[in-house]
Formats: sequence, structure tokens, C-alpha cells
Amino acid sequence: MARMKFLCDAERCIECNGCVTACKNENAVPWGINRRRVVTINDGKPGERSISVACMHCSDAPCMAVCPVDCIYETEEGVVLHSKDLCIGCGYCFYACPFGAPQFPQAGNYGSRGKMDKCTFCNGGPEEDNSQAEFQKYGRNRLAEGKLPLCAEMCSTKALLAGDGSEVADIYRERVVARGFGSGAWGWGTAYERKS
Amino acid sequence: MLTKTGNLSANGTRLRKALSGSIGGAIDRRSFLKRSGLTAGGVALASTLPPGAVKQVEAQPAVSQSIKKVTSVCTHCSVGCGVIGEVDNGVWVGQEPDFDNPFNLGSHCAKGASVREHAIGERRLRYPMKLVDGKWKRVKWDTAINEIGDKMLEIRKSSGPDSVYWLGSAKFSNEQSYLFRKFAAFWGTNNVDHQARICHSTTVAGVANTWGYGAMTNSFNDIHNARAVLLIGSNPAEAHPVAVQHILKAKEQNNAPLIVCDPRFTRTAAHADEYVRLRPGTDVAVIWGILWHVFENGWEDKEFIRQRVYGMEDIKAEVKKWTPGETERVTGIPGAQMKRVARLMANNRPGTVVWCMGGTQHTNGNNNTRAYCILQLALGNMGRSGGGTNIFRGHDNVQGATDFCILSHSLPGYYGLKTGSWKHWARVWDVKHSYLKGRFASQKIMEYKGIPVSRWFDGVLTPKEKMDHQPDNVRAMVFWGHAPNSQTRLPDMKKAMEKLDVMVIIDPYPTMAAVMSDRKDGVYLLPAATQFETYGSVTASNRSLQWREKIIEPMFECKPDHTIMSLFAKKLGFSKELFKHIKVNGEEPLVEDITREFNKGMWTIGYTGQSPERLRKHMKNRHTFDRTTLKADGGPCDGEYFGLPWPCWGTAEFGHPGTPILYDPSKPVAEGGLNFRARFGIERKGVNLLAEGSYPVGNELKDGHPEFSMAMLKKLGWDKDLTAAEKAIMAKGVGDKSNWKTDLSGGIQRVAIKHGSAPFGNAKARAVVWTFPDPVPLHREPLYTPRRDLLPKYQTFKDRQAYRLPTLYKSIQDKDFSKKFPIILTMGRLVEYEGGGGESRSNPWLAELQQEMFCELNPRDANNLGIRDGQDIWVKSPEGGKVLVKAMLTRRVAPGVAFMPFHFGGHWEGKSQRHKYPQGADPYVLGEASNVCGTYGYDVVTQMQETKATLCRIESA
Repeated sequence: MARMKFLCDAERCIECNGCVTACKNENAVPWGINRRRVVTINDGKPGERSISVACMHCSDAPCMAVCPVDCIYETEEGVVLHSKDLCIGCGYCFYACPFGAPQFPQAGNYGSRGKMDKCTFCNGGPEEDNSQAEFQKYGRNRLAEGKLPLCAEMCSTKALLAGDGSEVADIYRERVVARGFGSGAWGWGTAYERKS
Repeated sequence: MLTKTGNLSANGTRLRKALSGSIGGAIDRRSFLKRSGLTAGGVALASTLPPGAVKQVEAQPAVSQSIKKVTSVCTHCSVGCGVIGEVDNGVWVGQEPDFDNPFNLGSHCAKGASVREHAIGERRLRYPMKLVDGKWKRVKWDTAINEIGDKMLEIRKSSGPDSVYWLGSAKFSNEQSYLFRKFAAFWGTNNVDHQARICHSTTVAGVANTWGYGAMTNSFNDIHNARAVLLIGSNPAEAHPVAVQHILKAKEQNNAPLIVCDPRFTRTAAHADEYVRLRPGTDVAVIWGILWHVFENGWEDKEFIRQRVYGMEDIKAEVKKWTPGETERVTGIPGAQMKRVARLMANNRPGTVVWCMGGTQHTNGNNNTRAYCILQLALGNMGRSGGGTNIFRGHDNVQGATDFCILSHSLPGYYGLKTGSWKHWARVWDVKHSYLKGRFASQKIMEYKGIPVSRWFDGVLTPKEKMDHQPDNVRAMVFWGHAPNSQTRLPDMKKAMEKLDVMVIIDPYPTMAAVMSDRKDGVYLLPAATQFETYGSVTASNRSLQWREKIIEPMFECKPDHTIMSLFAKKLGFSKELFKHIKVNGEEPLVEDITREFNKGMWTIGYTGQSPERLRKHMKNRHTFDRTTLKADGGPCDGEYFGLPWPCWGTAEFGHPGTPILYDPSKPVAEGGLNFRARFGIERKGVNLLAEGSYPVGNELKDGHPEFSMAMLKKLGWDKDLTAAEKAIMAKGVGDKSNWKTDLSGGIQRVAIKHGSAPFGNAKARAVVWTFPDPVPLHREPLYTPRRDLLPKYQTFKDRQAYRLPTLYKSIQDKDFSKKFPIILTMGRLVEYEGGGGESRSNPWLAELQQEMFCELNPRDANNLGIRDGQDIWVKSPEGGKVLVKAMLTRRVAPGVAFMPFHFGGHWEGKSQRHKYPQGADPYVLGEASNVCGTYGYDVVTQMQETKATLCRIESA
């Protein structure tokens, strides 16, 4: 059984934000809601690295565990989705999520946040696949169309990978072998601080 | 619990497809079979589909029944990323990745992934408007064209045609670019220019004068073969993000060292193996510093230099002065690092050199570009796969617009402005030379270069008597797809705008031009269609042409640029002559006819073989081209290179495959091989300028030779190979005086190539450009230099008259501004925005990501000035301009250097100008335009503006 995964290759991510606008474009995400964002560490210093982050569609997702109305569910492919009809906007999932994925359209306490919104792995929600109702609440259902999330498909440097976890792992492994440096393996560069 | 068990069918090949060409290693058959079985959702059926095929679910909603996919090309940078628009009943509803396009393999940056916003955006200009008493008033197209036309004709009568300035755009398609240049010729002025002047003009001049053509020699894809990549003044992670994909391939698979030379630790530098921080404006010194080690150790390619380079001895003499100590003194780069970089370049050949605006936008920009070329010549990296000078152009079609010479100093195809050049184009246009001459104020002015865009406002402000070849001041200004805030000296430009009789802005968005001045009337805003609302060809940076199809009909009352040109031509009275061989359907000229017309005249650079039919065939079969070599292997385009990269010699019928790598003698000319161009004579001071013993495979001449003419064909006895039809066409032209550039039959080119020779001759590249102010490229300090100790040793040029205008150098440098303005100011790009940002700041998906104009400042300087992160600061220029921006404290810039992005506009010296925009057409994000602080300074050959090295003072606000 396939299990859908995101992986962002920090050696390749250049913080171009293509993934962010691709998501906005595909899912008609309004201003102020960011299903996906690019996080940069050591900004402007040697060692600067960027990584694109959205819902990671965890196995045993903490958001699912804490949701008081049980509106979050996992599909057979390991995609974590939720029902906006059931969501009460309490924000517990936001506290539980290690990635800051859940987004709320309004600011405020006690249910005034509005329905939670997050990355759906371009897989819509509980409504009928590719129905108008599904699109309006969750955005495009690309998986049902036989496509993968647009953020990863459009990544400018192929840093962001999305798809079947085992295939994503294969691709990343090939890269690490080809690189033979950095996070992959110790080599001349590490040993002698130079490459040739 | 809810469960979702959809008919999921995202099969494994989709991910492979997204990555093909950019991941390590090929997919072998075994792993392919294994993977195709691993389909998501366990839909077994999917595994039996052919690779790449996507199984659509049965139950599709009604909306997607009629979806049509239309292929176009991104309108932002010059990488040429394929865009697939999904159109439903005339509405652009979605974007899909174009995996088949060899340039981007489906990828996009933030801008490319959001181009659909053009169709659904709310901030577009919707209808023509004019400014009346400080208010925008809607007018009809007819009214606007009539009023503007009448005013222009009146100016023409009283001040001459040169008092109207036609500022074109690198956002035009090739057809529109060509038509625009032709339009200006028929109006009768050389006061026509576009962004190439302020983008890569110093590259085009410097590089073309070194070896023949001033363009990227290899391609983005060919970087896959590089063994080393050196970027100087280039930040592709922000300016050309998809290009980084190709660079990373070389880095990861060839273990190619990635060397980034930049005053800023850019997002590209973050991925570099070697980051070299130089002081802004010291590029020549950096390159000579590298070459010092190369020559000192004898690492240069001696045989390559002997056969193919002229003047390297003179370079050696200059380089000898750039010892590690002197290089460090001038550039700030430690000697040990220079040596390491030199060794990396010498040990990893072929290596490629990439540069962009960081190198070009200087008062000695042409020296920089030539120095880069000389580095590659010395290392023997030219004319080979993996090497070359990969010059990344800026706008999506700035290469094409440059080739069609929307430039004040040349006619299309770099023919220049000489009598012969005009006669050539008069023949192509089928009008009399005397007719064209009659359109101009005089033949002398007709053959003299016009005012460049970088200084159009000096054409307004400079007293008449100080200008040459310009009878009166510029009185009417047409901004046709140009953002003024990408230009320096904005306070002066504002004054000029207020002095003009009339200003016309033609753009899909109002741009900052609409709000910058305090004019109350005499401004027109005409809504242009975007390139997604029309069709035609576009040239990517690698010289490949791609054909865009129309995704949607023009929105609102917008019209495509070529249609607007035809409206103006009609009003101004030269429509009949302009469109003599171009069909006009109602208002709209037929795009294919324009392509065919330029195919008939662009012999110099081989834009002659790319017929609309061939280009459409390439786009349709783009999946058949190799992702590294760009060569089609089988299929309808077998043996051709994607997009027929120019030169694509001869006629379309001749079937040349295009030239993927310039000056590469390892292939026959007929198959895309080449050598350096013979453009500068055959001998100089007794030294042979022609190539020695180096020639493309299969060249019967087996040595250097001059460019081809009828006389040369006769001498070789090859004139017998010309067909009767070719001879007949030649006879109608200049007959026996024809050469490879002026022969409209293409016969001379065909015969030369038949014998394996390049039509433009076979010569050496010249390291010394004896026609330029600095024949050997020299380091010269910026006009506003903080390093007074380096003067007068590295002083700038003398003041001079150039392009009709007095141009200052030394008189500015002589004054010491460095005490009151101690911080170096440099400018550049952000990934989310492009150019002046009128378009991208109006796109909410992009605008949300960069909402505030800022200035990067090193924490050390900030602490000394008492400035804290995020606070408001004034950045003040020695010329009086000032901007109110947020401080961003970062070590990305060195102490003593500040950086501002130039995409913002709509605030002026602390005040928002939002109220001045037409209602509903104001960009979401406004900010101070950095170029209010942009100062004087122009390249000595091309009038390129200096944006990268000036001075400023920073104060708390």
C-alpha cells in the first residue's frame, strides 16, 4: 500500500517560493492563509538553508489525536484530511502540530478562528471527488485526477518531492549517493576542507 | 471516523516525470518496472498504463469536461519555462506543469507558478484613460489614439520626429519587437530603445566585440556538462530560479565546484562551495586576480590561445600588475582564496562562467564583460560543451528584443545604422530608401544613434545646444511596457516627466510612471494585453525560439501590442507602407506574416530559418528533445535543436538545425557547429586575425578565412553551386556585391555551409578590442567611490559626448562624497517580483510574500548608527534623493555596504502615492523606489546605467 509523503531536499531548496504560489494558484487559498511556507535558517549567513514546510501528513498524526470533534482523518494513502463541516475552530490541532500546519482564517479566541484550513496533499476533503463543494472548501483534488501535489510538481529545483513514500525515498537516496558529500557521506571535502 | 477511499490513481511515473532529467542517473528498465507497480492507492490498472499517462477518474465534475490545455511560455525571466494553461470555456482555470519542456521540466518559481493571475487578477488596467485635472477619466480607444496622434503630429511638425521618444519593451514577442523597431524607423527616429540598454547592453557590446555575437554561448541545459561553475554578479536563486536546477545537476553529479562571486551572500551563495565576497564595482580586478594565478602557473590553454585568440599577450601584461596583494587591496578578497578559485577553475575544465546585472551595470561594464570572456578564452573553455559564457538574460524576451534591436543604435539583426544597413532593410520592407530618408529629419540623424533609454530624461532636460544630432528636446514620451523605477536618477526623471508635452503609458498595469510625476493632465494610460492573450515567438536566453499560443482572449478592453502599433501607424499615416507585406485583419496584423518578414532579413544572426511552422512543430514535439543536448532524437524534428537556437542559417527550407553551442568546432556547421566570427578584419599590425589550424569539422577550407561574399565564392569557384533562383533574387538586390548578410536568397550562406564553412568567416577571438576606450579591460573605480586612496591610479574616464548627450565621468569622481555618504549602496532583485514590480506587486499571491520595502544593512553599521532591526530609516543619496524604508539587519551584506531591492514603487520620499493610481489598478504592495537613490553613471560604450556601486548615507527616521 502506497503511503504519500513530502520530502524537502535542503541541499536544493533555494527559497524561491514557487511551491507557495503554486499552492495558492491551485487551491485558491486566500491572502493570509499559508498552507505551505518556506522556512530559512541561518538567513544571510554561511550555512543558510531553506526548507519548504506544510502539513507533513504524519503517521499517527498528533492533530488527529487531539481533535475534540474527531474531524481529522487519514486516507488509505496516508493523507491526513479533515472535515470543515465538523471543525469547530478550537485550534487544538494547531497546538499539537509540530510543523505549524493548521491555519485559521480569523484571529481570536474561543471558536472565533473560523474553520481550520491546511494542506490536503492536493486531495480535497470528505466531499465527492472533484465536486464543486469539495473545491470550495478544500481546493483541488489532484490525487483523484491522477496527479501529485502541484507545489512539488512545480518545484523550481526539484527540491520538494511528493508522492509514494518509498519512491520519494529512492529518489532521495540516489541523490545522496550522487552527491557524495554534505549530509550524504564523508569525503575529501570534509576531510581536507576542499573539493579537489 | 471518516475515511476517504477515492479512486486515487496518481501513478508512480508522475513523480518520475517531474524529476526526469534532473535526478541522478537514468531509470533502468528494471527499476522502472518495479516503480510502475507501486501506484498510489493500489489501483492496479494504473500500472498497465504507458509511462506518463494519467488515468482520469470516471466521475469528473461538469466543470472539467471541456478543459482545453494551451501551451505558452512564462513572461517573467529568460529561462523560457513552458506554461500549460487549462482553459474552460474561455476562462483560464488552472496551470499544469509542463514536464515536456526541456528548459524547465515542469518547474516554476514563485512568479511562473502564479502567471494565471494575469487572467483573474483584479488590478489590471481595463480601458484607456487620460489624466484630466489630476483625475483619471475613461476614454474610448479611438479618442485616445486620435488625441495622442494629433499631438505627436504637431510635435513632429514643430520640433521634428526626434522629439517623440518610443520606449519599447523586452516583454514584446519577437514579432512585436521587430514591428516596433520598424515602426520607429517609419516614424523617422532612432530615439527608440528598450530595457536591454539597462540590462545586458554592456554584455552585448563587450562579448560581440570579443568573438562575434553578444549572446549566451551555451545553454542552461548544457551546464549539466560543466565541471566547474563560476557565477559573478549573478543570483539565479532569485533572478532565474529554474536555472539553478541545471546548475545543481552539475554540482551534484559532476561534483563541479560552484563558485559565487558577489558583494552579497546571496541565496545562490548559500549553495556555493566557494563564496567570494568582492567590493561592488571591482569585477575586472577579481578576474585579473584569478588570471594572475593562471598565467603565473602556466595553467592557460596555450594551444587554444595560439589557434583562436588574438591579443592575449597584452592581457598578460596588464594581469601581471594584479598580484594577490594588489587584488586584495582593491577587491577585499584574501589572496589565498583567489588562488583557490584559480586552481578550481584550472583543475576542473570545462568550466562555465555565468554573469548577470552585477557585472553589466557599471560605468566600466563593457570592461567587466570582456574580462569574463578573456578568463574563458585563457582557460580554453570556449566553444565546448560544459564551458562557455552562460550569460543569463533578464526578461522573458530581452534576447529577442535585443536581436530585433529595439535599440537606438541599430536596425534589426545588429545591422547598425549605416546607409548600407538602411538599404538592406528597405529591400526587405520593399520600400524605397528615399522614402525612409524622407521620414527622418535628415540622413545624418538617420544614421546617428539616438538617445538611450537610460537617459531619455536627459533628452528632455539638457539644453538643446548641448545635444548633438538632436534638433529639439524630447517632448513626447511613450512608455510601452517599461517601468521607470528600474532606472536610476528618478528625481531627475520626475522633473522630465513634468516638462513633457504628453506622456503615454501602454501596459497591462499602470506602472509607477502613472503616479510618479505631479502632472495634472497630458498623460494617457492604454491597456495592453499580456503575452498570454496573444501568440507569437519568444527567444529564451540560450537563443532558442519558442512559440506561444493564445491562452485566453484579451481581457477587458486590452489590445495586443501589435494591434496598438497598427492603430498608431494608421493614425500617424504610414500604415500602408509599414504593413506592405503583412496582412492586417481588421486592426490586428497577422503574427505569422511578421515572422516570415523578419525571416527574410535577419541574415546576420540567423533568424532566417525559424519559420512559424517549424517553431510550432518544435513546441508540439518538445518531449522529443534531449534534456541536456537539446537535440531531438527521432520524431518529426530529428537532429534539430530545441527552438532552433540562432544562428539557424539559411532559409527555413534549407533546414538548418540551429546552433546549440556557439563557436563549437567539434560539429560541422550544417549540424550546429561554428567558430569565432571574422568581424574585425583579417590582419592587425602584421598579426593574423584569422584562426590558425582550427576549423569546424568538415570545413573544406581547413583554416581561418574571412566572411563570405559573392566575390569570395567566385574566387573559390563555389559560385557554380548557386541555383538560378538564388541568382535571380540576388540580381534584384545588389547582385555581385552581395555578401552573406545582404543576400536575400540565402544562397551564399547555403553554399558556404555546403562546403563546411561558417558564412561569417573563421577568425580568432580578440582579447583586445582596439575600438573601445579601454582596449585592454581596466579596473576603474565607480564614479561614487568610497576608496579615494585608489585614485588617480584607477580613476574613471574623461567626460565626453555620447549618444547625443554630454556624459560625465571624471567631473563627478573628482568630488569626494565619501565623507558625508560613507556606505556603498548596491541594488538587486527579489524572487517574488520582477522589474519595476507593477505587475508582480499587483499579484496577491506574490505580493503577500514581500509586503515591505527594506534596506539590508550589516549589524555592525547599524550598531554604529544606532539603528535597530525593523525600524524606519532614511537612505539618502549624494544627488539629493532619499527613501524611507525598513532596516533589515543581516550579515548578507558586508560592513560598509547596504542593499535595496529595486522592485518597489508607489511611495515617493516618504509619502504614499496610492491615491494617484486609477481606481482599482493600484498594486497591492507599494513602497519606495530604490532608484530615487540611484545616481549618475553610464557605461562608456553603451550608456548602461550604474546601479550596483554608488554611495549613500543612512539615518534613523
